[in-house]
Amino acid sequence: MSVAVETRYSQTIHPLHAVLLAGTVPLFLGAALSDAAYAATYEIQWLNFASWLIVGGLLLSGLALAFAIADLSRPARRTPGVAAYTALLLALWLIGLCNAFMHARDAWASMPTGLTLSIIVTALACVATWLGFNSPRRWGTQ
Amino acid sequence: MKSSRALLATSLALIVSACNSDPEPLQYGPNPQLPPPHRGVLPNMTIAEPAEWGDQRPVVPQGFEISAIATDLKIPRQSLVLPNGDILVAEGRGGHAPALKPKDVIAGYIKAKGTSPVQGGNRLTLLRDADGDGVYELQTVFASDLDAPYGLALVGNTLYVANQGELVRFDYAEGQTQASAPPVKVTDLPSMINHHWTKALAASADGQFLYVGIGSNSNITERGMTAEVDRAMIWQVDARTGAHKPYATGLRNPTALAIQPGTGELWAVVNERDEIGPNLVPDYLTSVREGGFYGWPYSYWGQNVDTRAQPQDPEKVAAAIVPDYSLGAHVAALGLAFSTAAMGEDFAEGVFVGEHGSWNRADPVGYKVIFVPFRDGRPAGAPVDFVSGFRGSDGKTRGRPVGVTIDPRGALIVADDLSNTVWRVTAPRTENYSESQSSSME
Repeated sequence: MSVAVETRYSQTIHPLHAVLLAGTVPLFLGAALSDAAYAATYEIQWLNFASWLIVGGLLLSGLALAFAIADLSRPARRTPGVAAYTALLLALWLIGLCNAFMHARDAWASMPTGLTLSIIVTALACVATWLGFNSPRRWGTQ
Repeated sequence: MKSSRALLATSLALIVSACNSDPEPLQYGPNPQLPPPHRGVLPNMTIAEPAEWGDQRPVVPQGFEISAIATDLKIPRQSLVLPNGDILVAEGRGGHAPALKPKDVIAGYIKAKGTSPVQGGNRLTLLRDADGDGVYELQTVFASDLDAPYGLALVGNTLYVANQGELVRFDYAEGQTQASAPPVKVTDLPSMINHHWTKALAASADGQFLYVGIGSNSNITERGMTAEVDRAMIWQVDARTGAHKPYATGLRNPTALAIQPGTGELWAVVNERDEIGPNLVPDYLTSVREGGFYGWPYSYWGQNVDTRAQPQDPEKVAAAIVPDYSLGAHVAALGLAFSTAAMGEDFAEGVFVGEHGSWNRADPVGYKVIFVPFRDGRPAGAPVDFVSGFRGSDGKTRGRPVGVTIDPRGALIVADDLSNTVWRVTAPRTENYSESQSSSME
């Protein structure tokens, strides 16, 4: 007769974590598109845009990484997906840093590797965002 | 052009010097070794760590003496010895290139640590040694409110000053210690961005033309080709009308110009591009051919293509002239002066070159004044250290040479923009000193 009602909540990632993570996609995508524009036109301003967009992407993904590591270190929030997500975010950030150094080269010296790295980082940002939002979270409050 | 004997002598000297040190590529002379371009994740950087001179002094050859004839200047760059022996010193710091990339912000901060924190004087200071005892007792401002003055030239009674944005002239009368009137503009000089802001100056032997060295607006076109209009070239300016034409192009940063006595030929020292390795690209000393193209940005040392400059221009690459004499990569040659007999037998024929010193190299180079010996009017042989010790064995840097100027009485004037000092190196006095003095004063 008696029914035990268990309250369960879907515990998603922290709202700030979410904003930071999702923000990496347009920044790195913008960098990749700017690189493509520079490669196509030799117009140097596109490379300047790409350089700053990458810095923005690194800042956001770096902070998102800090959130991910914090989640990883708290058993209540640790889920199977979080470890893979964090590892991916770390790889993204390191490759992104290499890309920033590549973009610190003068003029065409950053090409074509800069464009390749930008595309890879953009793809990783998309996957990381997908995993970050989609990884199975622990249900309930305990 | 160059005698094969001189070439052989140079090569031998270079081989010998190379055997004594680490296996560094041969960097001096007409045929420097050019390794393939290379750049790591970050460019090699060793920034000068400034320190006070204290009791130390720069090192000069046996018999020569050095003294600081002016201190507490405001970024002295180039100097000019006037007919009465007075010395004018141009002081200033120019450039207004905005940071375009994150790299510019970071690199600007790091590089500033290797320079003087003093604000540029934007003025000319006059130094006078009235009694000829080697002590310049008068240090007074000749002209102020200039805009990063650099190149100086005197033609008759007219003093020309190359500001970072315009060429101006003053009327000058011998003995004057202060300009009698504000400067008059001769012509505007390219000044947009002014990544390389220094405007080197030399007057033709007949005084009819002025040559102005205008540096590129980037290392290697990273500010775009539109920023390079009228840059990386030497202008020939008609002294009377101010009309100009490009005299030679493709010279990345011609930081000092000088007219060779006797031949009247224009010579230049040029700073080449960075960030493709510790031994690329050699800065050079060269006679400047009218209408000549010297490679920047498409190629270096003749036909060595620099792929960083896009789109490329194969026709320009094919036309690029190989410079006369490599000074070594990254030495940052900023001063050039032809010697005279009054400098003593060993240094009578050749040029002095002031080297500000490297940043883009793990093992620093430059930070000295060298002498490049000439024979038959061309560079012949390995360079000799003339003033060194600016960078001490403790790794600290006490001075950074810029402009060098010959005092016909038998001295070399060296501007040092780190310790804000003007040094005077005097030749040993010999019996025929007064003779050589009078002949070189002709």
